[in-house]
This record gives sequence, C-alpha cells and structure tokens, in this order.
Amino acid sequence: MTKVNFEFDSKMYSGTKGEPLVVALLKNGIKTVTDSTYLSRPRGVMALGAEEPCALVQIDSGSGEPMVPATQVELVEGLAARGLAGIGDLPNVSDDARYDKANRHVEVLIIGSGVAGLKAAQIAVSKNQRVMLIDDAPRVGGYFVAKNNEIDPELLAVLDSPNLLHLQRTTAIGLYDQGYVVAIERRTDHLSANYDPKVARIRTWHIRAKEIILATGAFQRFLVFPNNDRPGIMLSHAAATYIDKYQVQIFKKAVVVTVDDQGYEDALRLHKNSIQVQAIVDVRSNAVGALVDEVKKAGIEIIFDASVTNTQADEKGELAQVAISKVDLTGKVLSAVKEISCDLLAVSGGWTPTVHLATFIGVKPKWVKEKAAFVLQDLPKGLSAVGSVAGDLGETENTPASFFGVLPEGELATVSFIDLQRDATVRDLKRATGAGLTSIEHIKRYTTIGTSHDQGKTSGTTTIGLLSQLISKELEEIGTLNFRPPYIPVLFSALAGRDRGELSDPIRTTPIHAWHLDAKAPFEDVGQWKRPWYFPQNKEELHQAVARECKAAREGVAVMDASTLGKIDIQGPDAAEFLDRIYTNMFSTLKINHSRYGLMCGVDGMVFDDGVTTRLGENHFLMTTTTGGAAKVLDWLEEWLQTEWPELKVYCSSVTEHWSTVAIVGPKSRALMKKLAPDLDVSNENFGFMTNQYAAVAQVPARIARISFSGELAYEINVEGFFGLHIWNAVMDAGKEFGITPYGTETMHVLRAEKGFVIVGQETDGTQTPQDLGMDWIVSKKKEFIGKRSFIRSDTSRDGRHQLVGLLPKDKLKLLPEGSYLVAKDSKQAIADSNHIGYITSSYHSAALSQTFALALVADGRNRVGQNAIVPLFDEQVEVVITEPIFYDKENTRRDG
Amino acid sequence: MLSINCPWCGARDETEFHYGSQAHVAYPENPETLSDEAWAHYIFFRDNPKGWFQERWVHTAGCRRWFNVWRNTVSHQFGPSYKPFTPAPARP
Repeated sequence: MTKVNFEFDSKMYSGTKGEPLVVALLKNGIKTVTDSTYLSRPRGVMALGAEEPCALVQIDSGSGEPMVPATQVELVEGLAARGLAGIGDLPNVSDDARYDKANRHVEVLIIGSGVAGLKAAQIAVSKNQRVMLIDDAPRVGGYFVAKNNEIDPELLAVLDSPNLLHLQRTTAIGLYDQGYVVAIERRTDHLSANYDPKVARIRTWHIRAKEIILATGAFQRFLVFPNNDRPGIMLSHAAATYIDKYQVQIFKKAVVVTVDDQGYEDALRLHKNSIQVQAIVDVRSNAVGALVDEVKKAGIEIIFDASVTNTQADEKGELAQVAISKVDLTGKVLSAVKEISCDLLAVSGGWTPTVHLATFIGVKPKWVKEKAAFVLQDLPKGLSAVGSVAGDLGETENTPASFFGVLPEGELATVSFIDLQRDATVRDLKRATGAGLTSIEHIKRYTTIGTSHDQGKTSGTTTIGLLSQLISKELEEIGTLNFRPPYIPVLFSALAGRDRGELSDPIRTTPIHAWHLDAKAPFEDVGQWKRPWYFPQNKEELHQAVARECKAAREGVAVMDASTLGKIDIQGPDAAEFLDRIYTNMFSTLKINHSRYGLMCGVDGMVFDDGVTTRLGENHFLMTTTTGGAAKVLDWLEEWLQTEWPELKVYCSSVTEHWSTVAIVGPKSRALMKKLAPDLDVSNENFGFMTNQYAAVAQVPARIARISFSGELAYEINVEGFFGLHIWNAVMDAGKEFGITPYGTETMHVLRAEKGFVIVGQETDGTQTPQDLGMDWIVSKKKEFIGKRSFIRSDTSRDGRHQLVGLLPKDKLKLLPEGSYLVAKDSKQAIADSNHIGYITSSYHSAALSQTFALALVADGRNRVGQNAIVPLFDEQVEVVITEPIFYDKENTRRDG
Repeated sequence: MLSINCPWCGARDETEFHYGSQAHVAYPENPETLSDEAWAHYIFFRDNPKGWFQERWVHTAGCRRWFNVWRNTVSHQFGPSYKPFTPAPARP
C-alpha cells in the first residue's frame, strides 16, 4: 500500500497507489465529482467501470486526456485531474507520448477475464489452441473479485500458459466480420503520471481470431424517479463494492431500492460494513428465500410494491432523504409510504448483459422477461458468449421485475433523469412519444439519449423499458438500440499510432529533389509526389516567377524535372496489339524508336488517361501516364489482360522510379543538347519530332526524346533513375551560357494551356469524350478499342455536349477563378444558375499573350466560338470572348526550332 | 475489415485488395452490333442481390492478380474464391 499525492480540482489530496480515482475521491469525502453538462446539477460516481455516466474527469497530467470516467483512472503519484462537466477540452499542445500498433492472429480470442472468461481460456488452452485473453480492468476476476472472492489458483494457473497472450487494461473497442477485433491497451498510465517518450503509452491491437468468445459481463441499471441524479445515489453493486472491497467509510445510512434479489445481496454487504440499511424498497409484491431471510434476520425493513419516488438534497446538493411510495409496474405512483433520511441510496434496476460487441456485426439481442434482460441470440459462426453476457445472470430465488422507473408528470418529469450525461429526462421522452415517435432509433436522435460518451451503457435498456411503459408495447417489439464502435471513447493519437507528421502519408520525391530543396522551390502535391511548383528568385511572387519561367521557355531555354510521369514497361509478342485495343489511336504502326501521343477511354467512352508511348523494340513499349494516374492505369491494363484477354502474351511493369527525366525546352534547347551530347546529330532532319536517339550525356547512357508539352522545341533526357541529379547538374552547368531557367508545374501548366493541351483530371472529370475535347483526330475509325461503341450512344453523340473552348476576358488583367460558371451573354434573365452554359477548367496569366486566358467546358462550345459570355463572380460580372482552345503558335511552327 | 482469400496468396486483409464489381460480365463480342440499350446494360447495369454474389477482387498490394469470389452481401461471409477462366464453384 503506497501512499501517493494527487491533485483534483486544483487541490492536493492523498490516496493509495493503484486504487481507482473515484475511490480516492470518496475516501477524501468528495461525493460531487462534477456538474452535469447542461443543467449544472451536482453529480457523483454512479457505477463501477467504463459504463460510468456521471463522474467524468479531464486529466491534466502527462499528455493530458479529455473525458475519462474517474472509475477508469488508477491513482499514481502526481496525477492531476479535474471534474468535467460533460464537454472535454482538447489539450492545446501536441500529444508527444508514443503510441503504436500491433497485429495478432489467434485461434481463440476471449474478451473479458472474469471467472467465465478464465474458464473459457482454460478450455481453449487445454485444446492446445493459440489464445488471447483481454480485459479492460487492471486485474482479472471481474465482479467475482469485486465481491471480495478469491479465484481458484488452479483456474488462475491458465494465465501462465505459453499459448496464452494475456492483457489487462485492454478494451475491445470494435468487433467486425471474419473475427476481426480492434483493442486498445493502456500500458503506462498506471505506472506514472508522466509519459516516457520511449515507451508506447497506448497500443492499438488488430486481432484476427478464428473464434471469439465474449465474456464481457453485464452492467447494472439504475431506476428513473424524480431527482435520481444526486451524489450519494449509486448502483447497488457499485456502492457495495466501494464500501466492502475498497473500504470507503464516508456513508452512514442507506436505503436500497431494487427490482431483483441483487438489492438484497448488496444490502447485506453494506450491513456487514456497519452501514445502517434502513429499508429495502422492492418494486415486486413479494420475495422469499435464504437471502430474504438473512436480510430479515439483520433487521432490515422490506417495503414491497414500492419504489423511491423522490429525493431531497442537503445544502451541497448531495443526497439527504428519499421519499418512498407504492407504485405499479407501469410506473404509476399510487400512495406515499414514508420518507427516510439517508446519505446513500443503492439502486438495483436489473442487469444488462454487455452485448455491444456482438451488436456491432448485426446481432439482435432478445428480451427475456424472466431475466429482465436483453440476451444474445443467433450468434454467427465463430462468435460465442459465456457468463452473464450470455444471460447467465446467476440463480436467484425470485424473478426480477421488468420495471424501469416512475413516470411523473409536470415539473417532476424534468428532474427524472434517463441519460445522466445528456441531462435527458422523462419529459424529453414523453415529448418524443407525444410527437408520435415510437422507434427507439428515432427517439435516440430526438432526445439525444444514448449519444454521449457512455453511449447509453446504463441508460439504453432503461429507455426502452420506459418507452414500453409509456406506449404499452412489449420490449421485445421495441428491440434494442444499434450500438456502434468504438465501445469506449478512444484517443485519435492511439488510432494514429506512429503514422503522424511525416509518416502520416508516404511522400514520393525524384532523385533531383535535393536540388529543388536547395533552390527553395515551393512544392505542389501531385498524388503522393512532391513536385516543384515554381523557382522563385529574389522574393518573387508566384506569377512573377511564372512569367519569367514562361519567357525563358518561349525565348531561351528552360528545364523541368519530369521524372514523376508514370512509366509502364510493356513487353511481349502481343504488346502492339494490346496497345491498339487500349488506346483510341493506332500503336501497331509505330516505328521502333518513335513515340506517339495516346488517349485511353473507359468502356463508357470517357477519357481516362493520356500520355506518350515509345516503341523501344518490336515487342517492347514504354508507356507514360499522368503523374497521378500511374497506379490506376497499371491496374486498368492488368484488368484487361487478366480478365478479358488472357490469350495476349503481354507483361506490364511499373518503372516510374527506374528512370529520371530532364526536359529542356525552348528555342535554345537544340544548342544546349548539342553541347551536352557533342556526338549526337541534333538536326531536325536526323532527329525529328517524336523520335528517340541514344547517346552519352555527361558520361551517362541516355535515351533522348523529341517530345514537347509546351509547343516549343524540346528534348527529354531519360537516364537511369540514380543518375537524375548528375544529369540535372550537367544540364544546369552546360546551360549557364544560354541562361537556362528551371521551371515548375505552374509554368508547365501555363505553357501547355497556351497551346490548348488538356490535362486529364483538370480539363476532364470522367464525363468528357475525346470529341468533347476536340480530339476527334486521335480516334481511330479502323480498329476496335475500349470505349469505341460508346461514341455512338445517343448521349455521347448528341448536340449540346460540353466542349473544350478558350476564353479571353475583356479585361486583360482579370484572372478568372478556376471552377467559375459561365452564363450566356444574350440570356434575358441575366444571371441565374439555370442559364449557366459551362465552367472554367484552367485559368492563367500568359506572358506570351500579355493577358489572362482560360480553358472552359461549354455546352455546344464550338458553335459559340466568337460569342461573348459572362462569368459571374461574387462581386462583379466579367465579360469574356469564347475562342478556339489554342492561343499560341496555332500553326505548330515552333516545335522543330 | 474483411478477410479475403486470394487464390494465390491465401487470406489477407481487405486493405490489400480493390473491388472489381460483379464477376462474369464479359466484354461483348461485337459491340458495334449491339443496340444502345444492350450496350448500356453492359456498361452501367450490374446485379445487386441480397445474399450470395459472385464478384471480382484484385490483390493490388499483393500479387496484383484478379480473381472471383462468392460473397454474401447480407452476412459478409465469403464462399470459395477461384481464378479467372476456371469453373465457378457451386453457390455456398
């Protein structure tokens, strides 16, 4: 027994290490832990475990934690907590404790290490099965031990079995199909108030079990009556355990109100601890047997056919007196019996098996009247239950009553609490039924009952019971609430584990990334890639840098890291035939070392991806895809090869990271290329557009391609990935005399948009055909390919489809926001959503045009070229001219230099 | 999370797979001979039964291979999985 000091509500107290915080508070005379969420009524501890609806605390020591039931906090030196009125404060510092995850496959998972769970473990271990046993309490034994019993050492010996992984302080928070369970293990909070950054504070277990055995026990219910929420009112088994096991000695005089024999058992435990039990108020008409005889022998008065029907408080708002009346089982108060002053009211409202985990996968518990409990039934294969969760609530002499409380009228209804955490009362329930609601799910949402941190663990069945009393419907017909994971509130940090910050999502960088970092380029996220957005010089803004970079590409030479483009290596005797089926245009006619731009569509005829594919050999192609689309395209290729065309001998491999690509762009790129590869004939006659040559560049073997995404003369230098930075540096050195300028994705976008080149995913959203984009020229009439049939569907071939057009604002400096609507200029009803004719997909400043421009998808757009339209913005209407979607070098005179 | 039996790799977690909709929907032999309605049925229409269903999955983060499997859409139970172009096992 180690004494420790702790802080509660800014005052210091002492207690015993390891005991629950609520016990330490009670022993220090603190009955009121906090105020209620909405009505600010004093509230104390009600229950024994995770089901606690009232005594919430915020932990301020260690890494801090909002909203923890004080029943679940173990006392350690330096613990700091405060009572929490329902709504937790997120600590405003980052949680730097360590969290991790673990996976486990077992044959049998047992949830709950009470006596039933231990026995189940013993059986499983004796069958040589791999077993995992978890339980949310600090120690094994459950309620059996709470009743001061000793577990049979032979049974305890199962915990030493090498085939058993045994974890206490581990709560199963979710149970899913195919034996999947997620559990949260609290590993260090009971050792120290401060966390050790080297040790995982909480571990999230992902468990896959062939067989799951629920041994989760049961919760005791309270009863509803006016002022049933005062500190000093507790569930009877909780009161008896605090007083009998933990030796809380602050209560003197008690009353017990009960619907079953549990109240008698707990009354005797209180009596043995010198509490003056003044009456047992039993809602039933009679009770007999050994337990009742013992109560009578102890001189405790029993009042039958009655309930507590009101309480009075002292000046601190804590329980001082109870009123007892005759009642009937429908909750009607018949006549007053007497009033008794007391400081403890122990409530035994029946047992609710802890069925939550089973209901997560759709199990519907069944109401069993003789047990007054919802009991599990029709469990799926691989899931079973033992002990009280299975309805094994112990043999009792007298059956429990299905009674949930009294249903007062008027003011008293507003203080008769059903959900203590939500301050939801009988009046709220009556208002719901008065509004015609009868479904328990509707009532839950209307009243908020069962929606708080405890998710109705103690109030759920009570609500169903009271509803049954109110609308005269059997509980069986009403059914249970659907519970959902998590079973208890869980920290986001615990779910995230180590996947935080840099590790929250993988980042992909090219071999040239270090150079971009040195150049202080801001990055744009494209899928998981980090691509340089622009390369600012002398504190330039985005548009200043982009104007400079564009000018260099159009007038001198500029360079871009194009390594992120998706690359798929396609080989096999049928590779050419395969590409003919995938792309809308022909690839079997492509000559070796030539490249061709291709467009692929889905079966619905909508553009899916694009890119340049190069024939490296008779049976060998290298496909490039959009940066973000690489994985999706590879999946697509594999889908067709594996599930439709197994006769094709074709093999696809992702080689995106295998190659680094440096694109040099601009009229001076030929001179630079010549300097980089002196032996290479770079003339247009020998090295034409869309062809490839092999040469050494800076001593490294390279494939050089005449490909242009800007309209300018350009070369793409492809080397093995590893040499990327080496080549980049060589290009920068050699390019110095030409004023070489690195550029990022923004300039790339502007250059291609000036030429009207689409970006799949920017100009398209999966509803554009090649024809909509003005790319009829790329659609082969000679061959069959994926999507072809869809081009003659009535919807894809109709008039009035959205088509790609250009826009030039009348105000040449006005940059239109991407995504803006377009409204027809001639429309009589000037601006209305119903008049909109299209929307803007791309919009930029153009250095080459000395004005802004945009690409847009516009209904019947090609027929509107030359017309004016309006772009309505928040505070103005911008007039634009609709144009062809090409703004620069319409005759393609620049690409050959 | 479902546990899915890849016929090549064995049982693995759902996160390793992508779903591929209804199985045994073949690409039509001669699409150009189909009516708009018949073609639309191929593109857009799929069965949505309550109970056992033959569907496709691909083991994306594993062997990258496609396969077919029986799954119960009510109980989420899996029946046998089988490789493409092999005879389908009987409904479980």
